[in-house]
Amino acid sequence: MTEPVIVRVNVNGVEYARRVEPRLLLSDFLRNDLGLTGTHVGCEHGVCGACTVLVNGDSVRSCLLLAIQLDGAKVETVEGLGTAQALHSVQKAFHEHHALQCGFCTPGMLMTTIDLLRKSPLANDEDIREGLSGNLCRCTGYQNIVRAVRQAADQLNTLATDEAIS
Amino acid sequence: MKPPPFDYLAADCVEAAVQALAGAGGDGKLIAGGQSLMPMLNFRLLRPSILIDINRIPDLAYIRDDGNEICIGPLARHRMLETSDVIARQFPVLHEAMGYVAHLAIRNRGTIGGSLSHADPAAELPMMSLLLDACLVVQSLSGRRTITARDFFLGALTTALEEGDMLVEVRLPKLPKGTGWAFEEVARRSGDFALASVAVIIGSDGDRISDLRIGMMGIGETPMRALDAERILTGQRYSEATVTAAVEAIRAAVEPNTDLHASAEYRRHLVGVLAQQALARAWARLREATQ
Ligand SMILES: Cc1cc2nc3c(=O)[nH]c(=O)nc-3n(C[C@H](O)[C@H](O)[C@H](O)COP(=O)(O)OP(=O)(O)OC[C@H]3O[C@@H](n4cnc5c(N)ncnc54)[C@H](O)[C@@H]3O)c2cc1C
Ligand code: FES
Ligand code: FES
Repeated sequence: MTEPVIVRVNVNGVEYARRVEPRLLLSDFLRNDLGLTGTHVGCEHGVCGACTVLVNGDSVRSCLLLAIQLDGAKVETVEGLGTAQALHSVQKAFHEHHALQCGFCTPGMLMTTIDLLRKSPLANDEDIREGLSGNLCRCTGYQNIVRAVRQAADQLNTLATDEAIS
Repeated sequence: MKPPPFDYLAADCVEAAVQALAGAGGDGKLIAGGQSLMPMLNFRLLRPSILIDINRIPDLAYIRDDGNEICIGPLARHRMLETSDVIARQFPVLHEAMGYVAHLAIRNRGTIGGSLSHADPAAELPMMSLLLDACLVVQSLSGRRTITARDFFLGALTTALEEGDMLVEVRLPKLPKGTGWAFEEVARRSGDFALASVAVIIGSDGDRISDLRIGMMGIGETPMRALDAERILTGQRYSEATVTAAVEAIRAAVEPNTDLHASAEYRRHLVGVLAQQALARAWARLREATQ
């Protein structure tokens, strides 16, 4: 069974069926087989966070998963967030706060932020720093990334309060 | 940085996994969260003939209250332990320790079974299993048996698991109500493996220390209990002098390594500081709970 087998995966709402070798990493599957090169690959051992995507709603390292493990799974990548014309609110916050320079770490930062925002109120900047500690950025010095995530979290919290009031 | 070729089997029950493991004759590897195994495959430090995936086996991710014990399934993810009310109530020290395990994306995948079987000397769960006197239930073709955490960790990345063994349950005996506890760790960055870490659980008999356990890691090939220090303190009143004696015993007992991240002397110093802080905090919590 080192032979390729067919996996069916839903990526950003689109169903794909592809023949994969068991050893194919999810990161390479997304980039090479599906052409979704928004997911970046830095270290391939779980340390840099650039390859972070969501699988069934949870952030994971796509370099530490095999495509073959994901039969029937739902994957979200940075391509699913927004478009250049209509940025997702988190992308918009990164844009407004100049939270990227080369952009290599950005897809992983964004997908991690999405998971953090779903799981935690990110009440203070300490929580943001802790939450992003598994994502390395070699350019920005992190300050603007923290500001961007702060804005995204505050917007969400305001939305939640407004909903609770109305 | 790509894994070597291997066969792949998604096992649908423990029996099938154990059967496949035996069939591979020592060349097979179970894969749980993959958060330690996949890096080793990507680096080609391992070349298994077959990966046996246990993620599709139903009902292996549980945390159950069994009366005297809390039973944890091998596929319980780090995130599940971190957010479990049962763990927070029964073992606040474990709840606290989980916050130090890697990062969210790793905690979403990594499992207790994988962490114990991998046995990294600086991993939190092996140390916690030692501190909490865990019993590890292991299954192979020849049936089930139990190994205590004390007998489980033999060396760095080396355990009492034999070829063909799968860890199928972790059992943690409950602690008496009001037990004091503390967990102290220093790592270079949040979520990194620890440079050193100390955890304490403590009881009292009148104003004297009882039921003391001190766990440590990052200071040798395996996590350790500070048995000398436990003996020095047990039965004594809590005082600066006895704590200092215990800390000295700890510094004398450990044999840390020098590596890229810290020197042996630094680690020896650090483990003493952490022990002192952990003892003080655990004792204070105990006093609060019993007042
Ligand atoms: C960047 C990074 C940072 C990390 N930081 C930390 C940290 O700070 N602290 C920490 O504790 N850990 C850390 N880890 C490791 C993480 O906790 C892993 O999840 C854990 O060590 C292994 O669990 P797993 O389920 O991923 O196991 P896997 O990687 O799937 O397996 C590990 C080993 O255990 C075997 N195995 C798995 N399940 C079983 C079973 N049920 N029975 C028998 N054998 C089994 C496998 O065959 C393999 O040999 C980090 C990992 C990464 C990538
Ligand atoms: S490429 Fe996956 S974490 Fe670095
Ligand atoms: S913007 Fe360049 S690595 Fe983060």
